Amino acid sequence: MTDAVVDYDEALATYDPVMGFEVHVELNTATKMFCGCATGFGAEPNSQVCPVCLGLPGALPVVNDKAVESAIRLGLALDCNIASWCRFARKNYFYPDMPKNFQTSQYDEPICFDGHLDVEIPAASGKGTEIFRVEIERAHMEEDTGKSLHVGGATGRIQGAEYSLVDFNRAGIPLIEIVTKPIEGAGERAPEIAKAYVATLRDLVKALGISDVKMEQGSVRCDANLSLRPIGTEKLGTRTETKNVNSLRSIERAVRYEISRQAAVLNDGGTITQETRHWHEDTGVTTAGRPKSDADDYRYFPEPDLVPVAPRAERVEELRGTLPEPPVQRRRRLQSDWGYSDLEMRDVINAGALDLIEASVAAGATPAGARKWWTGELARRANAEEKSVEDFNVTPAYVAELDGLVKGGRLNDSMARQVLEGVIAGEGAPTTVADARGLELVQDDGALEAAVDKVIAANEPIAAKVRDGKLNAAGALIGQVMKELKGQADAAKARELILAKLTS
Amino acid sequence: MTDYTRLTAAEIADALASGTTTSVEVTQAHLDRIAEVDGAIHAFLQVDAEGALAAAKAVDEARAAGEKLGPLAGVPIAVKDIVATKGLETTAGSKMLQGWIPPYDATIVTKLRAAGMPILGKTNMDEFAMGSSTEHSAYGPTHNPWDLDRTPGGSGGGSSAAVAAFEAPLAIGTDTGGSIRQPASVTGTVGTKPTYGGVSRYGLIALASSLDQAGPCTRSVLDAALLHEVIGGHDVMDSTSIDAPVPPVVEAARQADVSGMKIGVIKGISGEGFQPGVKQLFEESVQLLVDRGAEVVEVECPSFEKGLAAYYLIMPSEASSNLARFDAMRYGLRVGPEGVDSPSAEQVMAATREAGFGDEVKRRVILGTYALSSGYYDAYYGQAQKVRTLIARDFAAAYEKVDVLVTPTAPTTAFKLGEKLDDPMAMYLNDVATIPANLAGVPGISIPNGLASEDGLPSGFQILAPATKDERLYRAAAALEAALHEKWGGPILAQAPALTAKAGN
Repeated sequence: MTDAVVDYDEALATYDPVMGFEVHVELNTATKMFCGCATGFGAEPNSQVCPVCLGLPGALPVVNDKAVESAIRLGLALDCNIASWCRFARKNYFYPDMPKNFQTSQYDEPICFDGHLDVEIPAASGKGTEIFRVEIERAHMEEDTGKSLHVGGATGRIQGAEYSLVDFNRAGIPLIEIVTKPIEGAGERAPEIAKAYVATLRDLVKALGISDVKMEQGSVRCDANLSLRPIGTEKLGTRTETKNVNSLRSIERAVRYEISRQAAVLNDGGTITQETRHWHEDTGVTTAGRPKSDADDYRYFPEPDLVPVAPRAERVEELRGTLPEPPVQRRRRLQSDWGYSDLEMRDVINAGALDLIEASVAAGATPAGARKWWTGELARRANAEEKSVEDFNVTPAYVAELDGLVKGGRLNDSMARQVLEGVIAGEGAPTTVADARGLELVQDDGALEAAVDKVIAANEPIAAKVRDGKLNAAGALIGQVMKELKGQADAAKARELILAKLTS
Repeated sequence: MTDYTRLTAAEIADALASGTTTSVEVTQAHLDRIAEVDGAIHAFLQVDAEGALAAAKAVDEARAAGEKLGPLAGVPIAVKDIVATKGLETTAGSKMLQGWIPPYDATIVTKLRAAGMPILGKTNMDEFAMGSSTEHSAYGPTHNPWDLDRTPGGSGGGSSAAVAAFEAPLAIGTDTGGSIRQPASVTGTVGTKPTYGGVSRYGLIALASSLDQAGPCTRSVLDAALLHEVIGGHDVMDSTSIDAPVPPVVEAARQADVSGMKIGVIKGISGEGFQPGVKQLFEESVQLLVDRGAEVVEVECPSFEKGLAAYYLIMPSEASSNLARFDAMRYGLRVGPEGVDSPSAEQVMAATREAGFGDEVKRRVILGTYALSSGYYDAYYGQAQKVRTLIARDFAAAYEKVDVLVTPTAPTTAFKLGEKLDDPMAMYLNDVATIPANLAGVPGISIPNGLASEDGLPSGFQILAPATKDERLYRAAAALEAALHEKWGGPILAQAPALTAKAGN
């Protein structure tokens, strides 16, 4: 069953969306939050477990200090206050993938609170960019649950499944949950801001080096809360919580969809049910999950098996000294260093290619070349194949090498594209691919000159136009020369030679 | 021939060290005694003869090879069934864990093994340590060696009865509200609840995490100190463990000197509900301490009377959460709901918890779930935590005036099996004098205090000390023990009735 939706613009003409995000970031600590088990992704199910993370009778947790450090650093990067004393709390509920049937989390004493994250979006004027500030309510530490695999049944969800398998490798992996305050005033740009917020947060976490930030592997998971209220009113509407929206594109789409869906319900005189909703990547819709009320009773109480976390002020200051440059500042610096236009920079950000370009430039690529490959050919392919640019066999070093081959005059553009094909196909480094495929511009000036002479002789009417000063006509001649040399000519050189012969 | 089951652990250790006996011989003697009398007592849920003898043999060989051994090496011990023992079934007295073989050892078990102490078996207890009589064990009650129709107290009735019946020289107990001290009191044995954090909780199946503490059950104060020293100390696996050396408990027990010690008698705590004979013995022992050079003063701890109420909110609250893990998903009992084809995980959880938990466990899980519920939390759990703070303040104020506090351990001598089973409140009142120590995290010891005039059954004398000052318990207890032995002409257990195979089934 599909819910009714109204046109997005129509919805926005009536309603003001308010958003809120809960983003779970899986930390990349070597060991779990409360035990010494390894955390690597993709290991044999239930091979990274021990009495503690399996919740065996009698086992006790011990806090991973590195995870606390990561939480503090993220909090500082979000301009949060860092609690000088806080406790873990038990969140009690029964679920088969939760070994103790309570999650060790934080409740009313989060380690980080009252911060903000500045998100850069294209300016409403269409020129340049502007900053939208997202207020952060809190960032707290908790442990991940095990992972259920529901077998049988149509949906892959527990309802209707024949049986379920649980992998506890994930149980106890440290998480930080970052919760925003209600995001108001986004208006029609809500989906765009949603995406930009998660992207900026992801970039920040990555820059901090505290997580692998692989959304497709679940190391960043986003729950999107959304409510509508009639424009001009203050009171918040009833919200829905769309769970596990796990790609940037989906976040934008899910927010957009929920705005249209909720508007349809409200327009019909209906009321929004406070509930969790599931996002369906394939169909681009959300469907109802379980009802959720503010009265959900998790019977929180301070975790008696752990002692309070009380980071010393000196330590917090030490950690402050390890913070990377804030993302917005960094982007501005790089844009200026690389000489990109605002539009070019926006493409780079949208393609998620900032780090890749930085690494490529560091490996010797020209900023223009690096941008061209990452946001051009590679981004196009990633989009078409619904992948991330990082999923190809292409490394920043390869891009630098490819760029060098073009700049050095060995390859022209179309040859470089062929080399890239080879690299993606796993044929090796760009030079190796070019060698193997025999791709190289004709370097022999004699051969080029012979071809130019031949083409001029065969195309006298066009040559005459060029002689008359219609330099644009030279293009046709260059094309002929390229054809003559089977595409292996340096077009710039051919043009130079043609003009020299016809106009001097 | 020496009957090694009648010796204290310290005496056995001496005999082992001097080469007059071997651990195999001593261990076998205790296994024989268990075979002889445990049919009547039912102190043990599991007897691990093979494992105990193998450990005994290993320690004998180590001794023969001249290896340096700990003071209790070769002395066998019984372990309460709430403590995880690798390869040895651990049920916590519950059907829920019937057949559960832990894949790991509790830290204290690791320490016992490292100290070369053969583990005789696992002792009976109230299910998940919930009770004061061991009648709530899913495997049948333990009988008091002084009178088989009476309970040995609880929850650790099995450990204290095993020690009282000479089935083991030493045992491990756990004490959340009195489960070491109250059984010690009613079986004529010694039991210590160390300072919270003094002994690792890693591997103790949790009842109430903020109250639980493991400790020794023995027949002498010195034995308790020797065992305390083996199991105590910091453990990185337990965040609440104190990062400090074990207090000098053995030295204090050998000192046995109360001259100049200031002893506080808590006003009002031995008032209503206390058996006259128990009170009388308590007063006599206070006088003995004065005779031995202690100064006795009366102190007020006005918040202690609220301790029981606070305890019965905090303990079930934590228990309701700690026991949530018993859901049939990963280990232990699994029961499918009747008449349901391919039941859901939730239905299996519910059916298993319905079938696997006894009434007392369900009562406390329900109490705790209610007390933690949103809207009630502040009124119940929150208030109880405030009472806890007040009790800690009462202790702190008292310890400014005195070195230790003393009370009768339990209000009465051992009660009859079944007597209080249908009256939870009467059962709960047993712990009125022991609970404050758990709420405040301070250490306490109970030592035999003679037989009450009304019924000729043992009563206990409790000594409490400030946190981390566990040695004070032993100093005062050993002094009183010496005075009492003088009075009785030997240990009180010498007066216990003989147990014969005939008493068994």
